[in-house]
Amino acid sequence: MNRSGHKGSMVGVDVGGTFTDIFVLDEATGKASVAKVPTTRPDQSGGFLNGIRSQVPDLADIVSVVHGTTAGTNALLERKGAKIGIITTQGFRDVLEMRRRDRPRTWGLRGNFEPVAPRDMRLEVPERTLADGTIHTQVDLDAVRKAGEALVAAGAKAVAVLFVNAYANAANEQAAVAALRELWPNEHVSCSSEILPEIREFERFSTTALNAYLQPEVAGYLDRLARALSEGGFAGEFMIVQSNGGVMSVDTACRLPVRTALSGPAAGVIAAGYIAQSAGFPNVITGDIGGTSFDVSLIADGQSMLSPQTSIDFGLVVRTPMIEIATIGAGGGSIAWVDKGGLLNIGPESAGSDPGPAAYGRGNDRPTVTDANIVLGRIDSERPIGGGLTRLDVEAARRAIATHVGEPLGLDVEKAAEAILTVANSRMAGAIRLVSIERGFDPKQFAYMPFGGGGALHACALIAEVGLARGIVPRYPGVTSAMGCVIADMRQDFIQTINAPTQSADEEALGRLMQAHVDEGMRLLAAAGVAFAGEEIVFELDMAYLGQTHTVAVPLPARIEAGKVAAPTRADIQTAFDAAYLRVYGRLLPGGVTRVLNLRSAVIGKRPKFDLSTLAPDADASMEAAKRGTRRVYFAGEWRETAIFERLKLPVGAAIPGPAILEQPDTTILIEPGVTGTVDRFGNVVLAAQKE
Amino acid sequence: MSDTEKKAIDPITLAVLAGRMEQIADEMDATLFRSAFNPIIAEAHDASHGLYHAQTGDTLVQGKSGLPIFVGVMAFAVKTVIEKAARDGDLADGDVYMFNDAHLGGTHLSDMRLVRPFFYDGELFCYLASVGHWHDVGGAVPGNYNPTATEVFQEAFVLPPVKVARAGVLQQDIVDIVLRNTRLPQSALGDFNGQMNALDLGVKRLDALLAEYGAQTIDAALTALGDRAETLLRAEVSALPDGRWEAVDYLDNDGISDKPLPIRVALEIKGDRLSIDFTGSAPTAAGPINISEGTAIACVYVAIKHIFPSLPANAGVMRPIDITIPKGSVLAAEFPSPTGGYTETILRMIDVIFSAASQAAPDRVVANAYGTINALSIAGHRADGRRWVMFSFYGGGHGGTPEGDGLNHGNAPISTATIPPAEILEAAYPVMFSQWALRPDSAGAGRHRGGMGAIYEIELLEESAEAFLFGERGRFPPKGVAGGANAALNRFSYEQDDGMHTPRLDSKIVGVKLKRGQRVRLETPGGGGYGPPSERDPQAVARDVRLGLVSAEKADADYGKAWRGAAA
Repeated sequence: MNRSGHKGSMVGVDVGGTFTDIFVLDEATGKASVAKVPTTRPDQSGGFLNGIRSQVPDLADIVSVVHGTTAGTNALLERKGAKIGIITTQGFRDVLEMRRRDRPRTWGLRGNFEPVAPRDMRLEVPERTLADGTIHTQVDLDAVRKAGEALVAAGAKAVAVLFVNAYANAANEQAAVAALRELWPNEHVSCSSEILPEIREFERFSTTALNAYLQPEVAGYLDRLARALSEGGFAGEFMIVQSNGGVMSVDTACRLPVRTALSGPAAGVIAAGYIAQSAGFPNVITGDIGGTSFDVSLIADGQSMLSPQTSIDFGLVVRTPMIEIATIGAGGGSIAWVDKGGLLNIGPESAGSDPGPAAYGRGNDRPTVTDANIVLGRIDSERPIGGGLTRLDVEAARRAIATHVGEPLGLDVEKAAEAILTVANSRMAGAIRLVSIERGFDPKQFAYMPFGGGGALHACALIAEVGLARGIVPRYPGVTSAMGCVIADMRQDFIQTINAPTQSADEEALGRLMQAHVDEGMRLLAAAGVAFAGEEIVFELDMAYLGQTHTVAVPLPARIEAGKVAAPTRADIQTAFDAAYLRVYGRLLPGGVTRVLNLRSAVIGKRPKFDLSTLAPDADASMEAAKRGTRRVYFAGEWRETAIFERLKLPVGAAIPGPAILEQPDTTILIEPGVTGTVDRFGNVVLAAQKE
Repeated sequence: MSDTEKKAIDPITLAVLAGRMEQIADEMDATLFRSAFNPIIAEAHDASHGLYHAQTGDTLVQGKSGLPIFVGVMAFAVKTVIEKAARDGDLADGDVYMFNDAHLGGTHLSDMRLVRPFFYDGELFCYLASVGHWHDVGGAVPGNYNPTATEVFQEAFVLPPVKVARAGVLQQDIVDIVLRNTRLPQSALGDFNGQMNALDLGVKRLDALLAEYGAQTIDAALTALGDRAETLLRAEVSALPDGRWEAVDYLDNDGISDKPLPIRVALEIKGDRLSIDFTGSAPTAAGPINISEGTAIACVYVAIKHIFPSLPANAGVMRPIDITIPKGSVLAAEFPSPTGGYTETILRMIDVIFSAASQAAPDRVVANAYGTINALSIAGHRADGRRWVMFSFYGGGHGGTPEGDGLNHGNAPISTATIPPAEILEAAYPVMFSQWALRPDSAGAGRHRGGMGAIYEIELLEESAEAFLFGERGRFPPKGVAGGANAALNRFSYEQDDGMHTPRLDSKIVGVKLKRGQRVRLETPGGGGYGPPSERDPQAVARDVRLGLVSAEKADADYGKAWRGAAA
């Protein structure tokens, strides 16, 4: 603990459904510490403060608190956002409800959709802008005021102004917002050109409406946290992780809560990337096995992949840059079943964490992936991790597997359990191939990093099946997201639709837009009051050949001197396009006319990094101290006496040949036969196939 | 693939391989979607890829993301190639056959098929195929939906199966002929390259998979997957009662003569077998509402998979089904009958199968969806002389389901296509949408009402243009099931100097002249209702009225007055 000097602690906090994870870095000593405390409900600030205080009793010693939050995601999934109103162009009130004319599932023609604002809360006003930005009909401000008053009277807590073609000219939207601000009872008035000035009305309207839907909820939540922190004596900066893996100030988060949709998972991926890079693996694929799903993300050359949009649920489209996370419905709680054709399937149905696996004895009697791990001795039934239960019911797990998988397939219980794991691993391997091979990355160049509680049980199998180079199990896989909060850079993203042929693009106008993005980004960085190790500015154009609808992200080299952007020439843009297109598709289209759809800018404040070796095992760690005896574990058709170790007590350099199991409070690492786990100087366990 | 020495495969390897092979087809889909030039493939995903049996052409594995109707119809394309290769006797590794002939490979001439034999260790192992809907393949009407066509020659150029690559060498002559026969050669070349890339990728992935598992194991897995699909469908059918159920519905007209065309089905269940018989359906039509027999059979698969969504995409599913498609009917048209509007006919086949099946299994089957693709194109020249064609399909409501109301504004059951945003269309073409909205009172009433159809109203911003529509459901509304009511009719209207008009054939029209400021208006059907309207919760009716989805008058007529006292 540091009580003197200007340096203090940086604290990362990740609030999950069950636990609140805390990661504390003492800047003076370079020492890190971690804590897990129960999440408090309904007010999460209790657990939040308790967790921090368990590590730093005096909040005045903290310089910054960075929070990865699922408040926004949960509010969307559970439909617990605010009652909102929409004011939109005459003739377009149903855009949110009509979506892009899709359906929830390809087969079956079932399922429905309720937009976050019901039809009677979506009001139309006379106004119209054309695609080229011409105002066809001036906005009728009396109609806007009348609509605003009606929405207030109906109980709306936030209002979003959604006008067609506002990306091309924001004047009508801005006039409407100004009129509404005079009568709206709070600050939650927003418009689509301010949240996402990009062509495609459904995506822009949806993102803006979801932002409004989250504003009251998320702003209220963050405000409660900020108040509790300051009442506790905290006087530093409070920041929030965005879905793009960067952090933003709490003020920005209250204004743009939709950018927190993947806040927690994004922080985890950022930490994974940093840990892997420190350990010498700039290319890494992360895997997070949860109760119902498996989330995979790829980091190439230290850079996480970003995707431009995601659907939080059917029809709930959020278009802001996000860490790309591929999800499949195969997690620890996924149910194994044999279909009427005799084929073994895993999921998508899941027992989740409640009732959970059959071994939990809470009323589920169908086998899950976790039950298979329990039956084969991979999870210690006497010392379950994750809290709550004191022991697991192995017999219940065996019964479930025998009844639902073993008997239909004619396999004994162990073979059936192994079959469940093989099929589950194969589905997870499919998800890893999806983000790697299918995108042109060679898995042999990538390490695999499991995080979360269950991931390290499957790491060896996935490495072998996909042909990944190595596995790296971070020292504290259960608090990766909290660690990512402390590591993440500050980042502001901007977008503006240009929609012009490259040959006739207005270079000066483009330069002005780039400058505006840089100025606003730098202003936000400065306003956060945080020290940066440096700044980075990245420009990209979304471009395509005329006639193509899918664009290619074209990195745009730009010269910036003393904060002034030198605009690129058309020739610069064409050269950059050719290079990017060649990289993606292998050949150019001779004589093809190209088009610039959007400008994307990112202004990044680099935060100082800490030395991960401070997490390394203490000097008194030793093999002797770590040994915990043996237990029988089933591998490839036979029971084998398997060494058990206490992971956190293993010294640097320890090399453990499989079969072995390493246990720690929040995770279990399975080292399969033929694989050796080695503790590196940061305390990571590196898994590699033994040389023949 | 050799049928001898089939080894039994262990269930674990089988489950693993099922996923691995599906992933190959999925990846081929993704390759084409990413690189295609035309939005019908890139955005609407009107394409498909799969693996097909070396001797029979039967579907072995198909991607999850391809267009549903292609799952099944592709087998007919591959069979055509197998027959040709047998006649010619010159099949070689590295060959790629290319064709769009709808009478040989199914669907319509816009769908370009590429079929490539896959050899392993010098032996033919299976076929890979790629199909995609090209933006333009010549013919009288840009985009190839020509409601007045009476022969394929007025719809598009016809390419029979020819080798566009011989033993790995591209035949530039063939490519040149094809590109000279489209209004959009750059788009066509982009799509062609994308399809070739997808096939290359499929070969690369299959090579790796066979190297890993061995041809015998993969072969055994493919056989076992087919067998299991068959077992699965037999089990599903056995759970239904034995009996015979009939349904009939009508197409408005064929675009040429103004008379309705019946589509009739008799569905019979006996133990674990299902027979589906279309005897009594209309004879082959003069206009482009015909489909080939292959398309008709593939369509049955689509309907069955909607009723049993967990069925896999392989030919094993079809073994327990006897399908009768009467010769000389609109469902088994011969060359050179026009087939451009095939979508409308297969949508009606799905509707009648649902209507018949709901009598057998009312708790499994949903009501009819809006039932028309509404291919609307508006074309003209800009002030500088450049030609423009805005061509798109429009959405409508889905049927009510046993579980709840139908989806508002969904895509057609044969497709997973999304609609381009109004802003993209306005940025690309001189039009302004004055309305893009749900259409009140368009859904069928029921315990669970249908989803709402849509209203699209489009104003012309250029000097002049012509509008073309190929639609259906102008005279026969989408039907409810299990006592649910029918939805509203499709309505198209267009503005002239003397006001709004509707076409003589209601749902089809060619070359309507529009002037600047004049509008066309498309009002699409909702879905049919599910279950008797009298069983609908009055609060749900009151909510529909409050939200403006159902008018008070229609609510009174459909549901009585009970809703008026209910809290919305």
